[in-house]
Formats: sequence, C-alpha cells, structure tokens
Amino acid sequence: MNTAELKQFCRAVRRDIINMTANAGSGHPGGSLSAVELMSAIFSRMRVDPKNPKNPDRDRFVLSKGHAAPCYYGVLAELGFFDKAEFENFRQLHSILQGHPDMKKVPGVDASSGSLGQGVSIAVGMALGAKHQGKDVKVYAVLGDGECQEGQAWEAFMAANHYKLDNLTVAIDNNGLQIDGSNDEVMSLGSLGDKLRAFGFHTIELPDGNDLEAVLAALDEPTEPGKPKAILAHTVKGKGVSFMENQVGWHGKAPNAEQRQQALKELEG
Amino acid sequence: MSEKATRAAYGEALAELGAVNDKVVVLDADLSCATMTVTFKKAFPDRHFNAGIAEANMVNMAAGMSTMGLIPFCSTFAVFGAGRAYEQVRNSIAYPRLNVKLAMTHAGLSVGEDGGSHQAIEDLALMRVIPGMTVLCPADAKETRKAVFAAAEMDGPVYIRLARLATPVFEEDYPFEIGKANVLREGGDVAVFATGLMVTEALEAAKLLEAQGIHAAVINVHTIKPIDAARVTEYAQKCGKVVTVEEHSVIGGLGDAVADVLMGKADCRFKKIGIQDCFGQSGKAKDVLKEYGLTAPQIAESIKEVL
Repeated sequence: MNTAELKQFCRAVRRDIINMTANAGSGHPGGSLSAVELMSAIFSRMRVDPKNPKNPDRDRFVLSKGHAAPCYYGVLAELGFFDKAEFENFRQLHSILQGHPDMKKVPGVDASSGSLGQGVSIAVGMALGAKHQGKDVKVYAVLGDGECQEGQAWEAFMAANHYKLDNLTVAIDNNGLQIDGSNDEVMSLGSLGDKLRAFGFHTIELPDGNDLEAVLAALDEPTEPGKPKAILAHTVKGKGVSFMENQVGWHGKAPNAEQRQQALKELEG
Repeated sequence: MSEKATRAAYGEALAELGAVNDKVVVLDADLSCATMTVTFKKAFPDRHFNAGIAEANMVNMAAGMSTMGLIPFCSTFAVFGAGRAYEQVRNSIAYPRLNVKLAMTHAGLSVGEDGGSHQAIEDLALMRVIPGMTVLCPADAKETRKAVFAAAEMDGPVYIRLARLATPVFEEDYPFEIGKANVLREGGDVAVFATGLMVTEALEAAKLLEAQGIHAAVINVHTIKPIDAARVTEYAQKCGKVVTVEEHSVIGGLGDAVADVLMGKADCRFKKIGIQDCFGQSGKAKDVLKEYGLTAPQIAESIKEVL
C-alpha cells in the first residue's frame, strides 16, 4: 500500500469504527478513532499474512488499550483477516468480535487484552521469546496514555530496556483524555517523553500522531541496537468526526442513528 | 525417612526437564534462591529470566513467551503469584488458555518465621475458581517431580502449590496422573482426603487411629482441579464419614472441592480440617502448624469428632 492508499485505508477503518459501535449500541469510538493512523501504519509495516495468521515467524501486535477493539477489528478486516460481515456481530452473543480482543476467537489477534497495563507486558514477553529463539520477529504494542497510570506499564518498560528488546516498538496513543476527564485532571502523567527516555527507550515524539506520514517515518526510523523504541503520538480523541473530537463523553458511548449518518458523511471518500 | 522440601524438588525437576525439553524457560521475581529455580538457572543460565520484583509483569511476560511457542514456568511466593498477580493470571493466562505453568512456593503456614503476610492460605481457592485452571498440590518431593513433568506435558495453564519446609519423602512410589487421586491407605471407618504436606500428617494420624481400632482410609488428592469426583464419591459412600485435611483455608480449597462433589450425592458426616478463616503468624514452621491444629495427633483427635 502506498501512502495515498493507506490514507484511504484509514478512512475505511474510521467508517468501520462508527458502524461497529453504532450497530452494537456500545463500545469505545473516541480512543479507537485516535489510534487509526498508529495501527494502520503499524500493520502496513508488519510481516503478516491474512491467509496464514498463525505463521510462527510473523511479526506480532498487541493492542494493550484493548478497548480500542473497533479500530483493531477494522484494520484486520480491511486487510482480509476476516469478513467485514462480522462487524454486525460486534459485542453480540456468540460473536468472535468480543468487546475486548480475544486471541482465541479473532484471526490475526495475537494476544487477548483489555485489562490495562497487561498487554505491554505480554508484548515484552513476545519480544523476549523471539530474541531467545533467535527469531527475526518484530513486536508492536499500542497503549493508551491513561493506561500509563498503571504501574505495570512501567514494570514492562523497565524489562524492555533490561532485556535490550530492540525488536519491540511501543506506541502511545496520547490523546490526553480518559473516562473521568483529562489525564491532568484524573492523574497527571507528567512528561511521558522524559519518562520513556529515562526508561531507556529510543523515543520519538510526534506532535501530530494522526499525521500518517509522520507515523510511518517514526516506524521506519532505525533504533539504536539494544534499545526498544517508543513512539509518543499526540493524537486527537475522536479524530475525524467533528462532534467527537476532543470530547471526553465519546470515550465509551456509541453514536445513535443520526450521529452515525453524520459521522459517515464526514468520513466519505 | 529422608526429608526434602517440595520447592527443592521443584528446582531439581526443572533442571531435569530443561535437559529433555528445550522449550522450557523459567521466570522468577528475585526469589530464585528461595523458590529454588536457581537450580535450573545454574544448569541453563540463558533460559532463566529474572523479572525483578515485579510479579505482574513477570506473569504477563510468561504469557507472551508462551505465545512464541515456549513453555514458561513462572515462580515466586504463592502469596504474590496467586495473590498480587491474580488478575494477570486470570485475564492474560487463563482467559486465553495459554500454556504457562505457575509453580508457586512458600504456600501455607509451613512458611514459618516470615509470618502471616507471607503465608498464602487462599491460593488454592483463588486458582480453583478460575475457569480452565488445573490446580496441583504435590505431597512430597517425589510427587513434585511427577507433577512438574505432567504439567509440562499437558497444554494449558497449571498452578502448582509448593512448600518451603523440608518434609518426609515417601519411600513407596506410586503412579501420578493429573486428576486421579491416590489411595495411600485403605480403611472403612472414615475417608480422609488430604493434600500437600498434610498427606504425611494424615497418614500418621491414621496410624494413631489404627492403634485405637479406627480404620481410616487416606486418599492423596494431589489434583484439586479437576478433582477426582469418582474416587471421592466412592470413598465417601464406602466410609459414610468424610474428613478433608489441608494447609489452606477451609474456605475454597480441598474441603470445598470435595464438598462440591459430594453435595447431593453421598449421605455422610463431613468435616473440614484446615485453617479456620484466619491468618497465620510467625514461628518455627512446626510450631505454627501445631498452633493451628495441623499436626498428626491433633488431626487424629479432630477426625474422631465425626465418628
């Protein structure tokens, strides 16, 4: 996919997010929309095959902020891991598309996640397991900024540095908002960039984490040997849908029929 | 009778297993000289990973490593492994049914001097309630070795409860199969189901009772989940009186697992011997066990109460 095609891909994923959450009448559109460029760009760089999703030598992805499942499912289905008809079953009884990603059910999902702070530790284990077996496997994890309030995230960052996991890329979807308000209102994170650097990460800060080219460049930037990479992406929660942008209220609320139509109209093309 | 702690046997079994299965890796949280994974570390330094004092991350790293085709054995004290990292075990190991083995040491009151904060009395309950978790509690060093090999052989999450205290190693050998309880002593007056270190005490108690003309059957329930329902029912019906003995809270452990099997199936008198819904305390291990009524003579007296 070239960059123009990938931009179209991102728009399609945004429409998928709106359709999935509207169908289900629940879900997390805000933090799904903010992560679209990060996840689409990561998957464009990963060595994965939708026809052979269990290939042991594939690259791995962990959605540590598992509530952004609509974005994840959108990306996977657009790539052909499963049929988009499944979107209608999102969050419904007997569906493969659980409210949070289930590796036992969804082709292409490498780790079950959703309990915040845990996915990044799983990714560290994957990267360590790959290195231990001498496999050229790259591991990617996407975290939320609010998720970085979990102490476990920092245990994982510490271990990534200790074990010199230069095959690990951690991307933080820094949209600044969480359920109860802004990060600063709820629990100040301070400078995540400084913290990540202090934890030994090759840290790339993106002033606009919804700028696809910038995300791709950050992914392509070589890291120093022995250093894990962190991409701190300042994103917009609800990105691409005017009435959802930067609104805390759209963290975990689905659009109604009218809002769905308006959102899809804005995301045409 | 020689004595050896099940944790010591665990370390040796790991090293033995590591030699025949190169997929086995070990994670520890700065306690390798206490959990005895150090024995594996000496044999395979490249396959032993210290997580530092960060149990939650350790458990999830093990989850990640298992998805890469490795067989991680994860160890720390039971109070941290089953307690502090409980939700990590639940959501990141059991929910996706990953092939991670959780071998946690220093379970029960026999931790001794470290006291109540470090004596896990509820780990069996916590692990037993998780869907799909296999829960093992070996009685001695020999059984520990068998449990470790059996755990590695099966696919899926396994919890193995291990102890700090050196305890007798049974002279006789018997087969070990996950989910199959072993009858170690026949008797028709009362069925005594025991697990872990309490198997030795229950056998001693049965000898004391024998001298008083009471014939107690002693069944070693090394697998708390899936429990051997057939064997439990058989002996409950045969004896009509049932006693369970565990170095664990009487809530949620072996006693409740046996009761769950028998409910509505057997008409019998029933007594749970264990820790009576309280925390432990510091003391020499054997003194602590005695303080809480878990020595053979006390168990024998307690068993008589259902007769």
